Amino acid sequence: MADIDAERALIEQVLAAREARAPVAIRGGGSKGFYGNPVQAERVLDCSVHRGVIAYEPTELAITMRGGTPLTEVEALLAAHGQQLPFEPPHFGPGATAGGMIAAGLSGPRRPYAASVRDAVLGVRLLNGQGQALDFGGRVMKNVAGYDLSRLMAGSLGVLGVLLAVSLKVAPVPPGRMTLVREQSLPDALALMRRWARKSLPITATAWLDGRLYCRLSGSEEGLAETHRIVEGLPLPDGDAFWDDLREQRLAFFSGDAPLWRLSVRPATPADSIGGETLVEWGGALRWLRGEHDADALRRAARDAGGHATLFRAAAASRPADGVFAPLSAPLMQLHHNLKRAFDPDGLLNPGRLYPRL
Amino acid sequence: MPRIPDERPLNPKPEIIDQLRRLLPAAGVLSAPAELAPYECDGLTAFQQRPMVVVLPETVEQVQAVLRLCHREQVPVVARGAGTGLSGGALPLADGVLLSLAKFNRILDIDADNCTARVQPGVRNLAISEAAAPLGLYYAPDPSSQIACTIGGNVAENSGGVHCLKYGLTVHNVLKLKLVGVDGEPFEVGADALDSPGLDLLALMTGSEGMLAVIVEITVKLLPRPERAQGLLAAFDSVEQAGAAVAGIIAAGITPAGLEMMDNPAIRAAEDFVHAGYPVDAAAILICELDGFNAEVSFEVMRVRDLLLKAGAVDVRTARDDAERLTFWKGRKAAFPAVGRISPDYYCMDGTIPRRELATVLGRASELAEQYGLRVANVFHAGDGNLHPLILYDANVPGELDRAEELGGAILELCVQVGGTVTGEHGVGVEKLNQMCVQFDPEELAQMHAVKAAFDPHGLLNPGKAVPTLHRCAEFGAMHVHHGELKFPELPRF
Repeated sequence: MADIDAERALIEQVLAAREARAPVAIRGGGSKGFYGNPVQAERVLDCSVHRGVIAYEPTELAITMRGGTPLTEVEALLAAHGQQLPFEPPHFGPGATAGGMIAAGLSGPRRPYAASVRDAVLGVRLLNGQGQALDFGGRVMKNVAGYDLSRLMAGSLGVLGVLLAVSLKVAPVPPGRMTLVREQSLPDALALMRRWARKSLPITATAWLDGRLYCRLSGSEEGLAETHRIVEGLPLPDGDAFWDDLREQRLAFFSGDAPLWRLSVRPATPADSIGGETLVEWGGALRWLRGEHDADALRRAARDAGGHATLFRAAAASRPADGVFAPLSAPLMQLHHNLKRAFDPDGLLNPGRLYPRL
Repeated sequence: MPRIPDERPLNPKPEIIDQLRRLLPAAGVLSAPAELAPYECDGLTAFQQRPMVVVLPETVEQVQAVLRLCHREQVPVVARGAGTGLSGGALPLADGVLLSLAKFNRILDIDADNCTARVQPGVRNLAISEAAAPLGLYYAPDPSSQIACTIGGNVAENSGGVHCLKYGLTVHNVLKLKLVGVDGEPFEVGADALDSPGLDLLALMTGSEGMLAVIVEITVKLLPRPERAQGLLAAFDSVEQAGAAVAGIIAAGITPAGLEMMDNPAIRAAEDFVHAGYPVDAAAILICELDGFNAEVSFEVMRVRDLLLKAGAVDVRTARDDAERLTFWKGRKAAFPAVGRISPDYYCMDGTIPRRELATVLGRASELAEQYGLRVANVFHAGDGNLHPLILYDANVPGELDRAEELGGAILELCVQVGGTVTGEHGVGVEKLNQMCVQFDPEELAQMHAVKAAFDPHGLLNPGKAVPTLHRCAEFGAMHVHHGELKFPELPRF
């Protein structure tokens, strides 16, 4: 595993960008370039050179790595010790890095049953827009010293700083898993997902697609057998592959060029309040939609369902003028601008990626 | 003894009291000395200060009106819940308004389908679980003050509890906040969904100690009651063995709902007080709770029992029933008052360390205690490395409180040196401002001040708490310790 400390070089590049008043586009492995809005910058800050696991002690349930560390290496190291990232992050490409994973803030199928990316963040080493390398949080499970600026980085898409290093909480891999599948209409599937959510069951993923409800159980052999009696269905022979393909968006549902919308909503939101070709995850809390939709109508529907809509993948031409993420209320947007100035007063880091004028 | 950490010059504006009376019902403004007395401290009684005035608004509109007035008149505001905080986060200011959220005590909605509860900030932590119980649901974070502490204060402090190893801290169990900014403008962060667009301000607001905005409504996540909970109690001849047992359980891939350690002084104090049947000769005990799906719990109980014995436990008891499980917990939950019985006063610390450093830290802490001529009893959230040394002292003996505080500071600095933090769940407040100078360097503190200014440019919300000024750090003269390494280690230190 490559172990390269390029922190000094990254700091120099940010200082040079500051000197030249030339914003930079922060880049890890380039696997999630499709996500978010285009960055208004010509220079690229390549973080993939800054890589390597800095500290990993399995009994501490924590790992610390440089931002450019490839995610595949991190996951392989954890797996060798019977551990995993609890939020099952999508890679969306072979080059995905730890820093990009935090900056994108995207979690996979296990999210509602374990943790989000943000939940697992314990600490960060951050390079702000003034070229300062700063440590926030730490490597311990509980830490309330000062503002929680480390979890603030999850999903910030690089607009506040460059992630030089991150510390994450990790989780044990359960001894066994089983995926059950059954034919089910969407309304019935949603009702079942909600019923399961109110019981103490070892469920670690749920999805509905094409008239089928999928449920993944994780635990001991005895636990799986007993849960199978409650969560009925046929065991899916290659369950792991199904969840991997779902997480990495390799299922047929995701193929083709039609726009892909991501709606994060109250889990019990009825099927008919969000129409169209749908894939459901997260016990009902995540709905993927394919096809051309009116952005305002979809955003309204998501807001009425307690959440928000993101245009996740689409050709540049079909992106709304105000960006792919749901617009914020005026006071929230003002706070975003204030925070941007607090970390990056010259607006050098990933301008436009989160919101067009941020 | 002077315990007012506030460095601002005082700027009393008593005329604001009359203006507040125009905004609030008569009973909602307190300014007579006898009325102010109950507010002069929180759970950290060593620091006391009467506020200029206390207000008890009943509606969000009244909170907005109070904040608008204070913003216009540039009067500082300290928000307060139940006042159970242990770090002086709700310590009033002599020239400030104390904003009590006590009247915001209603549970607004429990949504069984979505497993959420929408509550006002003055609702007690335990009241949420009680209200959700008929639906088979509960609110997971359980600070030991949960019968009294309020959810608003929990969010402000990012409170933990004995079950956070498995179920997370407050930040992991809150979905949405309604807040009022320093200028009186309302805003929302988070959502009824599992994420929201833009920056994760929900994470930032949680644990911000009332420095960024005032919380007026909270939506929390509810979890299904575990089908079964099982308790084990193990006795060890040494703290090292108990520490190794904790590492062994974690390494085996088991995540207990709670995993607590007590050392001999804490065991003895607790046993004398509640007679839980603790082995009083043990150097350390571990209390382990496993919960969840019945079949899983049975499987894990057997494995944990083996692991405890393998690590050298001299006695392992498995609770025969729920009553015995609760008896195991009784002594742990009563540890603070139990220590209060054997010492006129005690001072509770809150460092977190990597678990592997446990034996080292406890050993060095007891050396330090000897140096300062004070006794220390240790209770420890062993699963997540959160240490609560209780320093025993007598405030009536001149100098003992000062020695207790110095010892506490030295223990916290030790926590930072081994790669930990000065506060795991109690917050910085006014108590740990000096130790913040040890944990963070000036640029990091400056970044935190810039974040504060993004929300509160004039520094009116709970000024002087949580993040020390650079000036204070210079005066304290602390050496910043970075991940266990002193900067410039080649320089001599005296």
